[in-house]
Amino acid sequence: MTAIVKIYIPRDSAALSVGAERVNKKLIQLAAEQDTVIDLVRNGSRGLFWLEPMVEVDTPEGRVAYGPVAPKDLPSLIEAGLLNNAVPAERQAHPLYLGLTEEIDYLKKQQRLTFARAGIIDPVSLTDYKSTHGYDGLVRALEMSSQALVDEVKESGLRGRGGAAFPTGIKWQTVLNTPAAQKYIICNADEGDSGTFADRLQMEADPFALIEGMTIAGLAVDATQGYIYLREEYPHAKDILNEAISVAEQNGYLGENILGSDKTFHLEVRIGAKAYICGEETALMESLEGKRGMVRPKPPLPAIEGLFGQPTVVNNVLSLSTIAIILAKGGKFYQEFGMGRSRGTMPFQLAGNLKYPGLVETAFGITMKELLFDFGGGTRSGKPMRSVQSGGPLGAYLPESQWHLEMDYEALAAEGAVLGHGGLVAFDDSVDMLEQARFSMEFCVEESCGKCTPCRIGSTRGVEVIDRIRADENRDDNLELLEDLCDTMVSGSLCAMGGMTPFPVQSALQYFGEDFQKDAGASPSSSNQEAGQ
Amino acid sequence: MTDANRQGAELDTQVLTSNGKGLANQAEIESVVANILVELKDIPGPLLPILHEVQKQLGYVPDSSLPIIGKALNISRAEVHGVVSFYHHFSSKPRGRHIIEVCRAESCQSVGGRDLESHAKAALGLDWYQTSLDKEITLEPVFCLGNCACSPAIRIGEEVYGRMDAEQFDEIVDELRTVPLAFSANPTEVK
Repeated sequence: MTAIVKIYIPRDSAALSVGAERVNKKLIQLAAEQDTVIDLVRNGSRGLFWLEPMVEVDTPEGRVAYGPVAPKDLPSLIEAGLLNNAVPAERQAHPLYLGLTEEIDYLKKQQRLTFARAGIIDPVSLTDYKSTHGYDGLVRALEMSSQALVDEVKESGLRGRGGAAFPTGIKWQTVLNTPAAQKYIICNADEGDSGTFADRLQMEADPFALIEGMTIAGLAVDATQGYIYLREEYPHAKDILNEAISVAEQNGYLGENILGSDKTFHLEVRIGAKAYICGEETALMESLEGKRGMVRPKPPLPAIEGLFGQPTVVNNVLSLSTIAIILAKGGKFYQEFGMGRSRGTMPFQLAGNLKYPGLVETAFGITMKELLFDFGGGTRSGKPMRSVQSGGPLGAYLPESQWHLEMDYEALAAEGAVLGHGGLVAFDDSVDMLEQARFSMEFCVEESCGKCTPCRIGSTRGVEVIDRIRADENRDDNLELLEDLCDTMVSGSLCAMGGMTPFPVQSALQYFGEDFQKDAGASPSSSNQEAGQ
Repeated sequence: MTDANRQGAELDTQVLTSNGKGLANQAEIESVVANILVELKDIPGPLLPILHEVQKQLGYVPDSSLPIIGKALNISRAEVHGVVSFYHHFSSKPRGRHIIEVCRAESCQSVGGRDLESHAKAALGLDWYQTSLDKEITLEPVFCLGNCACSPAIRIGEEVYGRMDAEQFDEIVDELRTVPLAFSANPTEVK
C-alpha cells in the first residue's frame, strides 16, 4: 500500500473568490472515482494571489505547487501524478507546475515573521500551530511578570501596524499603569483601506497567532476580556476565527485557568456593519458599545478611558499577531530587522494594476520600486505605470519620481506620503487623477461620521469644487479654493478621516496637475474605459 | 447617510427577501425580535449583535422592531434608529432575495472597477440600493472586500468573487435569476 498523499487547497477568501472551492469539490470527486484516498488540507493562502487557486502537494522533496488551477486542469494534473506522488520528471512536465513552494522566488525573497505560517498550516488545527512554535510565546509569557512582558514588547520596537505606528509597548504601559477592576483588549480588525488585505489573510491563515497575541496582551496589562472587532465584509474570516477560538477554549488556551495557571482571558468576535470610520479606534469602541460609530475627542486616551470607560488596549490584527513571535523569540530578535525607527518586518500588500499582486513581508527599508517591479512585476495591463497610492484611501498618490522612497514610516512621512497599513495600489496611464481626487472626497462624504464640520461639510464641498474644475467653471479660482479647503480639512478635523482625506487630493494636484486642466469635453471616466477591456 | 438613496421599488409583501423567506407580518416580527432579545440583551454592548440577528432572520430591520428593541435596552426608539441609519449594512426596507455588492474602491478602480459598476447598473437596470421589480436582486456598493489582489471584486451573500468582468457578471446574475421550483411554487402563501 502506498502512502496517502497530502494535498493542500486554500480556504482563503481570495482563493475562494477565484474558484478554490470548485477545485476542491472536483478533486474530491475525481479521487473518489479512482478509489484513491487523499489527505486534503484546507490551508490559508501563501499570499501569491496571481497563482490562486494554488494547489500544493507533499512530495518526498518537499511541498510543490501548481497554479492557478481550474477544475478543468485536474484530470491532467492527476495524469501527471498529483494523487500518487509521481516521479519528479512527470510532475515537472505539467504546465502549471511551479516547483517547490518554498523556492518560488517571490516567497524566497521575503522575511516572514508575522506570516511565518500563512498558507503552510491548516488554520484551525491546534496541532499544526503548536508544531510550528505556536504558543511558545504564551508559555513563556505565563512565567513573566506583567512589567517584564511590556518591557519585552518595548524592546522589540513594534509600532502599531494599523497605520498610526504608535509604539505598542508604550500603549500597553499606560494601560498597565492605570488601575481598574476591568480592562479590555480590542483587536481592530476593521481593515477598510482599499489595497490592504493582510489582516484578512492573517486571520484566515493563522488565527491562533492573533488569539495568542491577544492572550499575551491580556496577561501584560491585566485584562481578562478581549474583543475582535471584525468588519462585516469578511465572512470567511469570521467563521475561521470562531472555529479557532472554540478550539482554543476546549484546549485550555482561552477562558479561565489558562494552561493550568490562575490567569483568565475570554475572547469574542464582534461584527461591524459597514462603516469605514469604525476603523478609527474611538469610533470602534462606540460601535462595540452599541452606538453610532462617532469619533470621540482625545483625551481621554482609550488606554485610560476606553471601552465602557475602562482602560483598553486597541491594537491592529498584525500588531497583536506579531506579539506571539516577539514573545516566542524575544524582543531583541524582532528589533534587529528594519531601519531607523521602523523596527521589524512589515507585511506590504501589492494591489491594483499589478502583474503579481500579493503579500510581501520584509524588513522595513525596501524601496517602493522594488515592491512594485521586482515583486509586483509592473502593471497587469502592460501599460506604463503612472501613479501609486500608498497607505489606503487616505494616502497620497505618488508619481514615478517618488518610487525610490524607502518603505519606512519616517521616510515616507517626510515626503508627505503615508505608509499606513502597508498597502500599495498601482494605476497605469489610463488613470484620470482628477477622478481619483474626486473619489477621495466622495468616499469621505459616504464614510464621514459627521461629528466635525471640516470632514462632514468639507468633503461635500470638495466634490462640488472638483466638479466645477472638471466643467471648467472659473478653473483657476476653484483650484485655489480646493487647496484652501484641503488645508482646512487637514488642520480642522477631529480625526484622520477628515484630516487625511486631502492627502490623495493634494498629491494629485501636486504631481498630476495636468489632469485638472483637461477639458470637460472628455467625460469624467472616459480615460478609464480601456482599463476594463 | 444612505437612506436618501434607498428609493428602490417599494416591495409588496408577497416576495422572498434576503433572509430567504417571505416577509414577516407584525406578529412574526414581534416574536422573532423577542426571542433575539432574550438571547442577546444582557451581553455587553448588545445593540449591534441584536440588529445583525434581526436582519439575518427577517432580511431587514423593520421600523416596527425599533421600539421593542429600545424598550428592552432602556434606550429611546430614536437612538436605535440612529444606529440603524448610521451603518450601511443595516437596511430599514426589505431587499431582494440576492444582494449583489460591487466594490467601488481604488484597487478595483485600477483594473476596470468603474466599468464594472456601470455595467452592473446597466445590466440590472438598478442604481445603488435599488431592488429589481421581480424582487430578486438588490444592488449595493461596497468599499473594499479585502480582495484587492484579485480585483475587481463583487460579493453576493457570503461569497466573494474576484477577477470579475462584465461577461462573468452576466453569467452569475443569470444563475441567480434561475429560481428553484420550491421557491417559486406558491408565493402567495407568505404574507
